[in-house]
Amino acid sequence: MVNAIIDNIRVSVPENTSILQAARSVGIAIPSLCYLKGVNEIGACRVCLVEVEGVEKLVASCNNPLREGMVIHTNSPRVRRSRRTNVELLLSQHNCDCPYCVRSGNCELQRLANDLGLSHLNYHKDLPHANWNQNFPLVRDASKCIKCMRCVQVCDKIQNLKVWDVSNTGSRTTVNVSGNRTIEQADCSLCGQCITHCPVGALRERDDSQRAFAALADPDKITVVQIAPAVRAAWGESLGLPREQATVKRLVAALRRMGFDYIFDTNFSADLTIMEEGSEFIEKLKNRENEKFPMFTSCCPGWVRFLKSQYPDMVPQLSSAKSPQQMFGAVAKSYYAELLGVDPKRIYSVSVMPCVAKKHECDIPVMNDAGAGQDVDLVLTTREIDRMIRAEHIDANALKEEEFDAPLGTGTGAAVIFGATGGVMEAALRSAYYLVTGQNPAPDAFKEVRGVPEGWKEAKFDIAGATVRVAVASGLGNTRRLIEAIRAGKVEYEFVEIMACPGGCAGGGGQPIHEGCELAATRGEVLYGLDEVNNLRFSHENPSVQKLYADYLGAPLSHRAHELLHTDHEAWEMPLSPMIKKA
Amino acid sequence: MSRLEFYSTSSSQRVVEGLYRELEHRIVASPPGLCPVDLAASFLKLCHAQTCGKCVPCRVGLRQLELLLEDVLNGDATEETIDLIEQTARVISDSADCAIGYKAADMVLKGVTGFREDYEEHVRHGRCSCNLDQPVPCVAQCPAGVDIPGYIALVGAGRYADAVRLIRKDNPFPGACGLVCEHPCEARCRRNMIEGAVNIRGLKRYAVDHAGIVPAPECAEPTGKKVAIVGGGPGGLSAAYYLALMGHAVTVFEQRKQLGGMLRYGIPSYRLPREELQKDIDCILSTGVQVRCGVEIGTDISLDELYRDYDAIYISIGAHNDKKVGIEGEDARGVVSAVEMLRAIGDGTMPDFTGKNVAVIGGGNVAMDCTRSAIRLGAKTVSVVYRRRQQDMTALAEEVEGAIAEGAELLTMKAPVRIEADENGDCAALWVQPQRVGAIDRAGRPTPEPADAPEQRVPADIIIVAIGQGIEYKHFEASGVPVHRGAFAALSSGGIENKKGVFAGGDCVTGPATVIKAIAAGKVAAANIDEYLGFEHIIDVDVEIPAPDLDKRPSCGRSELAMEKSFERKENFNCIECGFTDEEAKQEASRCLRCDHFGYGIFKGGRNKQW
Repeated sequence: MVNAIIDNIRVSVPENTSILQAARSVGIAIPSLCYLKGVNEIGACRVCLVEVEGVEKLVASCNNPLREGMVIHTNSPRVRRSRRTNVELLLSQHNCDCPYCVRSGNCELQRLANDLGLSHLNYHKDLPHANWNQNFPLVRDASKCIKCMRCVQVCDKIQNLKVWDVSNTGSRTTVNVSGNRTIEQADCSLCGQCITHCPVGALRERDDSQRAFAALADPDKITVVQIAPAVRAAWGESLGLPREQATVKRLVAALRRMGFDYIFDTNFSADLTIMEEGSEFIEKLKNRENEKFPMFTSCCPGWVRFLKSQYPDMVPQLSSAKSPQQMFGAVAKSYYAELLGVDPKRIYSVSVMPCVAKKHECDIPVMNDAGAGQDVDLVLTTREIDRMIRAEHIDANALKEEEFDAPLGTGTGAAVIFGATGGVMEAALRSAYYLVTGQNPAPDAFKEVRGVPEGWKEAKFDIAGATVRVAVASGLGNTRRLIEAIRAGKVEYEFVEIMACPGGCAGGGGQPIHEGCELAATRGEVLYGLDEVNNLRFSHENPSVQKLYADYLGAPLSHRAHELLHTDHEAWEMPLSPMIKKA
Repeated sequence: MSRLEFYSTSSSQRVVEGLYRELEHRIVASPPGLCPVDLAASFLKLCHAQTCGKCVPCRVGLRQLELLLEDVLNGDATEETIDLIEQTARVISDSADCAIGYKAADMVLKGVTGFREDYEEHVRHGRCSCNLDQPVPCVAQCPAGVDIPGYIALVGAGRYADAVRLIRKDNPFPGACGLVCEHPCEARCRRNMIEGAVNIRGLKRYAVDHAGIVPAPECAEPTGKKVAIVGGGPGGLSAAYYLALMGHAVTVFEQRKQLGGMLRYGIPSYRLPREELQKDIDCILSTGVQVRCGVEIGTDISLDELYRDYDAIYISIGAHNDKKVGIEGEDARGVVSAVEMLRAIGDGTMPDFTGKNVAVIGGGNVAMDCTRSAIRLGAKTVSVVYRRRQQDMTALAEEVEGAIAEGAELLTMKAPVRIEADENGDCAALWVQPQRVGAIDRAGRPTPEPADAPEQRVPADIIIVAIGQGIEYKHFEASGVPVHRGAFAALSSGGIENKKGVFAGGDCVTGPATVIKAIAAGKVAAANIDEYLGFEHIIDVDVEIPAPDLDKRPSCGRSELAMEKSFERKENFNCIECGFTDEEAKQEASRCLRCDHFGYGIFKGGRNKQW
């Protein structure tokens, strides 16, 4: 243990505890801006400075450990002056058009400037500018970047894609796409983790809310909206709803209030995905000798982008099943249009997703199998739908629960856990077991694959005498480690689930942002709770899915199912990793 | 008012003079990888502050250039802007009245032509093409990427064996390098911004001197792959060491009687005592590297045979061929090449120069090695004949000063014309043509031109030619190794195009260079040979680096290594340099600013823990 005095309070902490953590442990809140625990401890913003007696210069508290006998002042006149000035300097290079910034009210710089009581700026305003393709799903605004480097670090250390890097020098130093590429040329997975770790509004998703409002206003359009599993675990956070209040049924009510014609659940098509992907997996298992294993899940578009850019030779191992979002779109503009008896071209298909990559996925040119334009016309992130609710002045607290529309609003517990890491695997195994043995397993028979470990989780299951080895990874850094181990022959699996975002969609790049908090696990708990209380725990027991097969598709993997629900992952181009280009 | 006044410097002027000195320090410590356009713009601003304001091109033109460069940096420029910059700079260069104007414009011109692609990158994409891969200046400047702040911290903590182990992760010659490395690491040391670079080489030597015998790490599982190393110099042995650690079976083929290459056959023992060299070599050989000395590739074994018998080959034969001056009388008895002389000394065959007048032709480090060896071999006089000025010599300044201190005479601005032999064919004198200083060449040195003065006679019984070395490439070329301008053409990976499994590096690729560059090439080759053989072995070390102190800024000058007294040291071949005292080492280690932790290092990784 190390003993020291901070602001006249005695502290005793384990060795190698940073001054900042030590102070916070005794209730002294040293402000910080660039600091992100374990990821970005680089002392760049110089806001967390403290004065250490006997040390000439001020010391960054985020990346210097508390040492025995230190006497520290966190609010001395020198500290106060430096902190205030450094925040002012940051503001001199920050576009402070706060009223129309998506992060207004949830911005660390704004909060800090307000906390410090800044009322005017002593410095010249010196805004950088840079061009950015505003149509790309990921939007970067150089004039708001405070060069905290969190995005660089998250992409390097957690996602291991190294899309961002420092660019230019001197006061023009900023962050840009690495290797002097444009974002379109980059092997960005579009996971959006840089967005959810940006302390300000420099990174955001392309805002499509106005396009959504335009569709709602168009009398010729029939708006059909789907809500992804993980959205229900997070949508209420930024609206101030307590978790037990923020049910998906209240979100349904909000969307109905907004004017969506039909409100459905992506859980429906998640169950459909299990039917297709599970059947595909069983077919592969039957043909073990001639198939290449592992088979990879394909529902996460960030992961698909990752695999296509980093290991293009393994793309054939992806399940050909579309993601639940795209399956839903294809069904909405075919089967459901028939049910409604309308021209499918009139259907405007919107999805609410915890994800930025989904915005790209719906635009993939081959995702139009229903023959009525894009199967999914528009993707809104959880954050966008929250902003739309606010824009409509809907009082989320006053909403009464309302039901999804039928029949595409029915989903099972197996579907809702798609939103947490391991969920797709668990759901698939539940139904695969049934498809092979004709009997249901215990619903929680495969819960070993739950949770967010370091690296990846693996498990072995016995299905009718056959051993199935599975692995689950979330986060692309973990994913790369897993893939490298597979390629090196160090591990062997038959089925592997990958989610690009740490913790799965619950921690998705389109989810509400909470400074310094990683909420994937908490939200995942919500989803597992919803699974547990659902009367239906197996995808194959979803009555709407059963009816869809009976009335329209025939059976899983049928010709029509292939047309609508499967895709060729190699039919579109993705920029390759610069590492591959070099080789 | 008096008719004349004696001006003393005003206090503000004194401050400005101080600032100039600090600026000089600052420029010395400029980190690598800066934006050239940004630097040009900054220099231009300084230049413009020097203008007197009389003439239009300088007063207004430089300001307009500044604004145009700002446009480029701000992404507000077009390709036409670049043309306008070039055109304006040309006009200022042509029409300014004094050097303040035209030299400033020349600097911009050099940039706009020299790094035009960077200008274009700014204009087209609003960013710079430069990048900063290694943020710690000393590590960035070290060809082998040795973890310098790491081992300095270990020296400071008294953990000398750990320091040696850490150095060996990237460089298996800590002993030799502690004595003779040209220390490019010190050139841009950030401590230069305060008073002067940390004496890094001195600290490395101190670590080695105090570490005792430090065993090599364990080798990986044998891979069953065989690698042949052609040439047992620092590069070849470095490759051998790392490949052996990776589990490959390595055999070194050395033409000479002993290992060491130029460390033994080029550098005299007063700079690198043989027992120190042997300690490094012993550690390398302790990994199980096999050695076959006295084997010449091309005579005893052909490259094709090696190609057949081994899974990979690393060619590191160095540059051991002498170059001739090409003057009349060069075949006289008593004219020897530097390579020949130092090679004999390396094997312990000491020529006797007692009472002889010796002339050394050349101004590089090898010339100084020959000069100082000749003094130790009893020469009556030793003259260094060089056609440029002393400051133009490529030898390290301390080498030249050491030679002078030991009694060598520099005959600068003298170009050798012919060698005079006596009736027996023994050389008697070197005739030289005095030179005068001419225009500056591309490398920034003035070109010597023959002066309007008669030739001079330098009496000489022995003439040592030290004007560079070439590479013995014939046999290798015949076996398909491509040769470009007298050196092997290898890729940056060390690999050779169209010759799978053959790698080359060191002096035989770059031409005569430094020990640390050869070591770096050996390290690179080891990594790429390992990969070529289908492995991904990791070289790392489990040494924990001490955390930096928070306060490292009190002013403290740089400590230099002391030399033995010149009148004593010139009598023998014993080591002339004294290591740091304990007190000096502690103080010098504490001067390190720990750029691995403070500044950019902590963000972009001040440390490569493995390769």
